[in-house]
Amino acid sequence: MSRLQIQGLTKAYGPNRVVDSIELTLQEGEFVSLLGPSGCGKTTTLRMIAGFVDPNEGSISLDGQVISAPGAVLPPEKRGMSMIFQSYAIWPNMTVAENVGFGLKLRKLPGEEIRKRVAEILEVVQMGHLAARYPAELSGGQQQRVALARAIVVKPAVLLLDEPLSNLDANLREEMRFEIRRLHDEFRITTVYVTHDQSEAMATSDRIAVMNAGRIEQVDAPHMLYTRPRTRFVAGFIGRTNLLPAQLRNGEIGFGGIAMQAGQVPGSDTAAAGDILVSVRPQSIGLHRAPPGGGAPVLEGVVAQRTFLGETWDYVVRADGSDLRLRATAPPLQIHDVGERVWMEFDPQQMAMVV
Amino acid sequence: MTARRSGWLARFEPVTLLWIALIAILLFLVAFPLGKLLVVSFETRGTGEFTLMNYVSAYGRSRYVDALVNSLLLGLLSATMSVVMAVPMAWAVSRTDMPFKGLTWAVVLGAFILPPYLSAIGWILLAGPNSGFLNIAWRAITGLEDPLFNVYSFAGLALVIALNAFPLVFIFVKSALDLVSSEMEDAANILGAGTWTAMRKVSLPLVWPAIMAGFIIVFLEAIALFGTPAIIGIPARINVVTTQLWQFFEYPVRVEVAAAYAMPLLLITAGMIVVQKLMLSRKGYVSQTGKGGERRPIKLGPWRWVAFAWCAAVGLMAVIAPLFVLLQASFAKAWGRGLAWDNLTLANYRLLIFEHDMAMTSIWNTIWFSASAASIAVVLALLVAYIVNRRLVPFGEALGFMAMAPFVIPGIVMAIGFYAAYASPPFALYGTAVIIILAFAARFLPIAYANSSSAIRAVHPEMEEAARILGSGRLHAIWMITAPLVRKSLLGGWLIVFIVASRELSAAIFLVGPRTRTMSVLLYDLSEAGNFEVLAAFGGLLLVVTMVFVGIGMKLVGRDFMLRRN
Repeated sequence: MSRLQIQGLTKAYGPNRVVDSIELTLQEGEFVSLLGPSGCGKTTTLRMIAGFVDPNEGSISLDGQVISAPGAVLPPEKRGMSMIFQSYAIWPNMTVAENVGFGLKLRKLPGEEIRKRVAEILEVVQMGHLAARYPAELSGGQQQRVALARAIVVKPAVLLLDEPLSNLDANLREEMRFEIRRLHDEFRITTVYVTHDQSEAMATSDRIAVMNAGRIEQVDAPHMLYTRPRTRFVAGFIGRTNLLPAQLRNGEIGFGGIAMQAGQVPGSDTAAAGDILVSVRPQSIGLHRAPPGGGAPVLEGVVAQRTFLGETWDYVVRADGSDLRLRATAPPLQIHDVGERVWMEFDPQQMAMVV
Repeated sequence: MTARRSGWLARFEPVTLLWIALIAILLFLVAFPLGKLLVVSFETRGTGEFTLMNYVSAYGRSRYVDALVNSLLLGLLSATMSVVMAVPMAWAVSRTDMPFKGLTWAVVLGAFILPPYLSAIGWILLAGPNSGFLNIAWRAITGLEDPLFNVYSFAGLALVIALNAFPLVFIFVKSALDLVSSEMEDAANILGAGTWTAMRKVSLPLVWPAIMAGFIIVFLEAIALFGTPAIIGIPARINVVTTQLWQFFEYPVRVEVAAAYAMPLLLITAGMIVVQKLMLSRKGYVSQTGKGGERRPIKLGPWRWVAFAWCAAVGLMAVIAPLFVLLQASFAKAWGRGLAWDNLTLANYRLLIFEHDMAMTSIWNTIWFSASAASIAVVLALLVAYIVNRRLVPFGEALGFMAMAPFVIPGIVMAIGFYAAYASPPFALYGTAVIIILAFAARFLPIAYANSSSAIRAVHPEMEEAARILGSGRLHAIWMITAPLVRKSLLGGWLIVFIVASRELSAAIFLVGPRTRTMSVLLYDLSEAGNFEVLAAFGGLLLVVTMVFVGIGMKLVGRDFMLRRN
């Protein structure tokens, strides 16, 4: 059943609609990320789910009951949720064990039970040996683990995470990303995760809601967002892409002098006609020194610029007879010089028509 | 589980009530006395009819106008002297390898703690024209008739004020210099500037706003000061605004004229504070490099002893010498005879502690007035700071503004306002402890507010939110999380208000009655009697009381708790 349901949720500060009538439904045990650039409204959305911010329009329901609506907001402490904050918000005046036990104490559990559950969860996050420490004596990663333990130990109805990894260094961030997913696989807590880092969202989430300027652009599984972006914003925000202006006529998509069956390109809406946009991933373009065989669409061009990035070459190719400049990647051993003539082979299956 | 309520009740939070109560209290403490002061200055005594005669009386005599001019000149001279003393000290402590920095700190703290009227008395003992120790020594050495330095002079008055007020400049400039990274100076060095040029062209210009801010604060402090001008200026026949105000309060009390006469002081102070704020807020002037910026002390070589000598000289004049002669006098039968075994006595202290009818009462008064005022100020400031910083109500800034407003009101003007508003019926608070406590609380509210506000800001709102999402209500979260986290800095704020209130003279002297004298007021009474030995002993007692609380603060809050810049 659906655990959390957001309907037409809007938050406006004056004329500025920072969250603009968004819709989102989370199933029980689902892990959904709100992904978007800073200022897109994802944190405000999360804080509305938590009950720290009142909505202007729309509603939030938990297990079918409205917990947020304009003028009627259940306070955060009555929602049975828990949250992990950007600053971790580990209370410096309490030990690790006291921090983790805080929520259980509020739930009036017997002391013995609290001790047991705190010890268990600290083992799960590998912090058992530091239970008696004060937060000031912990590293950033350890504080993060305490925050996780404190949020999970109360078995919340929904777990909310607000950019929890943004204050960690790169290696630790990668490690904690898997840690968060591991804990989710273990406890199956319904989770909303806010981040601006797409690889974080991809590594952790069942589904990702991409937000931009207060709106949700697309909600999909991570690989679908990558392969089937539906909007220009999603195509550009998730991974890198070439956004090519194209024409859709008579069931054919054409750009730069080549054409392909619209039916081959995912997401293409044959009813639409005229100027459209096509997203072509740099990885999906094959580079050849001679015209390749086969029936795939091919564009001829000249290498205009190249950058070696270690794992790949990054080439910019200028297509003949048009001002199209396409970015294409190639493995490290496939070396083309600037000025060299190349043939770009396209795969319609890996393209997407976007709006 | 749903929280559907309807109508205005749904939006009506208890915090709104608190907000209304706070507004009322702030109006009572700050706005009403000031408004009353303004109104009274335009009223005919008794009838309450509109009149401009009060202003005519206040400025109709050249003697009164001269006092205003004297005040301004005194402010300028004291502020200039303070800057000359403090800027090299601040630079040496912040940027160089000068030895014994701890001593310099101790001297600055000492000058900060020493009440102005006590250093004035100390300097009378040092540089009185006939029997001051310095002048006697000078005559003995040179055989000349004229004194080396007469403290009963305009320059003497300014110097004594500057020697007491320079820590303000020091704190401003040092904390600004602390932000200048060594790389700023390195960049000048690599382009060919020596240490001296780098300091003159780079470091000092960077902290110029801080120097000006310190200058302005000392200027305002000097023109609002009552004790020093009363103790040194009146015998020297130098009349300033504050001493003139005091004369308007001698029988028959002419509040309305005093109110009119105080207006320029109020306007000047408010205007200068605005100027100072504008100067400090100029972006890009103070170097805001924040991170990185390694800081290395500049190697002064032999010059570090010159720097140390400067700090030592200021310290000697500001703290050590006046304190020494005060202590000497307090244990002496006749202070002029100096240190001698047969001159030692405990009679002065015995007189005060066991025989004087007001001394012990005034000590008790001081402690409990100051403690009450500090408690009121801190609780009020904490509530306002919490509401403002957490944006709990719209227009919360208005509350913050009112809490900070007394900052631009000279203590003596505040006292006259309180007198005008609350001394006579229906309140009839004159001569009660209540009026003094309230005046102290209002006067030092900005200190408490600045302190509380930074304490609250230091606690990330997420700290409280983390508790709330786990199931604790707002008040429970404040009690469990926020309160323990701000406790220490609030204690520091309480102690600072206590300490400054315990030595406050200018606001107290207009409001005390026969049974509500504070130590500072009694000290002033004793100074008029001219018995320096008993006076010094009482000063000693006052210092002991202050030091006890400073000691508690250092122990509980941290060594530099009084000198942190808010």
